Amino acid sequence: MRRDRLTFGMILGIPLMQILLFGYAINTDVRNLTAAVADEAGTHRSRQFVAELRETQVVRIAQRVETAGQLEELLRAGRISVGIHIPPDFDRRVIDAQRAAAHLLIDGSDPTIIGIVNALKNMPVSFDTTAQPDRMPAIEVRTYYNPEARTPVNVIPGLIGVILTMTMLLFTAVAVVRERERGNLELLINTPVTSAELMIGKVIPYVVIGLLQLAVALLVGYLLFDVPVRGSIVELYVAASLFIVANLSLGLFVSTAVSTQFQAMQMTFFLLLPSILLSGFIFPFDGMPKFAQYLGEILPITHFVRLARGIMLREADLTAMTGALVYLGVFTLVTVTAASLRFSKRLD
Amino acid sequence: MADLAIRARGLTKRFGDLVAVNNLDLDVPRAAIYGFLGPNGSGKSTVIRMLCGLLTPTEGSADVLGLKVSDNANQLKPRIGYMTQKFSLFGDMTVLENLQFIAAIYSIPKSRRAPRIDELLENYNLTQQRAQFAGTMSGGQKQRLALACAVLHKPDLLLLDEPTSAVDPQSRRDFWANLFRLAESGTAILVSTHYMDEAERCHRLAILDHGVKVADGTPQELQDGTGMSVVEVLADDPYAAQAVIQSIAEVASVTQLGVRLRVLIPASVDEPLLLVSKYLDAKNIAATAQLSRPSLEDVFVAVTMKPGARAA
Repeated sequence: MRRDRLTFGMILGIPLMQILLFGYAINTDVRNLTAAVADEAGTHRSRQFVAELRETQVVRIAQRVETAGQLEELLRAGRISVGIHIPPDFDRRVIDAQRAAAHLLIDGSDPTIIGIVNALKNMPVSFDTTAQPDRMPAIEVRTYYNPEARTPVNVIPGLIGVILTMTMLLFTAVAVVRERERGNLELLINTPVTSAELMIGKVIPYVVIGLLQLAVALLVGYLLFDVPVRGSIVELYVAASLFIVANLSLGLFVSTAVSTQFQAMQMTFFLLLPSILLSGFIFPFDGMPKFAQYLGEILPITHFVRLARGIMLREADLTAMTGALVYLGVFTLVTVTAASLRFSKRLD
Repeated sequence: MADLAIRARGLTKRFGDLVAVNNLDLDVPRAAIYGFLGPNGSGKSTVIRMLCGLLTPTEGSADVLGLKVSDNANQLKPRIGYMTQKFSLFGDMTVLENLQFIAAIYSIPKSRRAPRIDELLENYNLTQQRAQFAGTMSGGQKQRLALACAVLHKPDLLLLDEPTSAVDPQSRRDFWANLFRLAESGTAILVSTHYMDEAERCHRLAILDHGVKVADGTPQELQDGTGMSVVEVLADDPYAAQAVIQSIAEVASVTQLGVRLRVLIPASVDEPLLLVSKYLDAKNIAATAQLSRPSLEDVFVAVTMKPGARAA
């Protein structure tokens, strides 16, 4: 144990982290989905309806807008998961059994949200005093971007993020550590090669490999599961390149922190676990407590999952998601700087 | 001092409590092979790593090729060739690819690369292996490739860290022929080893023991200056003879070489031959004893045992 502290840390750290993450952070009983309201009726009844929706705690109303069109824009940019649209004739619709009183516009690119919001549909509308047994539900749900709620469409954009995280981290971390183990590095640091050249030389081939993996995943997704790329494929590649570079620089940093290939692999798995659990890939981001969300925000994959779902499913522009891009850039800069500081051309 | 390739003063390296190298002074001339002899763990590799700027000395400083290592590591790198103890080229690249890679790293102009690589393949007898993966070559071939890569950029100083520890005697002989050729053309060579026969081939050598330099000079000077008389004893029962000789208070050390025993006795003792014969006769052990010239191994034994002998 004293000889390999990292392994010892993993022995305790992995179960601890698993339990804590699953126990606290992972919550399939999602509450507080980010929502916006477009109340075009503005009556006493419509306000009461919104208040009741809020009381369910399923949605958290973050914004008020004027029209249904604005709700759609917010959905596309990934700012909200649910849009509540109340038409101008809400009061009349409430008593009309043939028409839905309000619409919930939901972002189908996040898999769990569909099921959760569908439960809202059957919420009793208390002010509907003339409740008729044969009336259609008072709320109509419109699922955007994945109306048939097909799982592959939801899963594959996030899965691409997981695949890239896993391979890119492992490749760079192991590649550098292997060269150190074999002694190649001792030879190289005795040549006029600079640290920056060494690092760039390690990273560039893997960027190409990562983009190739993306192409394979997209092609298979399209051919076998009919997963679309609705937005610009160029923008998707731009986002993926940034994400790949962010992971590679993290891999380089890992390589400077460990001394054997085995430790590099352990570190990769240690980082992979939160990447799967906290990125919004499987469990919706909104369902996690605040501290877990902050942890998730640190991981590059969280931002890539947002970008990939946005571009592939919601036809979003990168310009609408600059925050995620900027974060990936900042993350890369910070890790590369940390890695180069740790990686000196000396042995002591 | 311009004729010195390496000039180190008070070089010291500590790793925690361990003093790997202690207050080492070193003068390595140009155009010569300087040997660094010492047992495993005596600090040879640490010194070499400090000289090429891989490790920072805890104390003291070293000038290499007229430049202070600590301030000029980057300017020195293109002028130093370094061959690691372990084969450190790329096993999954061919001989030619390895050479091309190293040539690119040292920014050798493209027009000069091909002729230089052909010359090296020829000189180091690797032409037939040019397309072979480096990882699949024999120990001797790997070592020739490593040396070819270390001298590709024509360094003024070549640092070799136990270069021959994994090769057969014939390859070692060829290797040394190459080193002499390089030294003749003006390259300063510092080579660490724990083989006596290799130490004998050096123009000068230093013996390192537990991080301390215990001897320094030409092999000749070292052999003449041991301060020991060497008595060689040829006995029918060397084991019994050894037991008897070891009991003599004046004897510093006895080493068995087959049926021969080499006995080191401080030069201050008069008539060392008589002393040994007297004890052997007293125990009726049939043996012939004669005086012998100290070998480098005797030098090595004499200088490395001093602290122990004093304690005893």
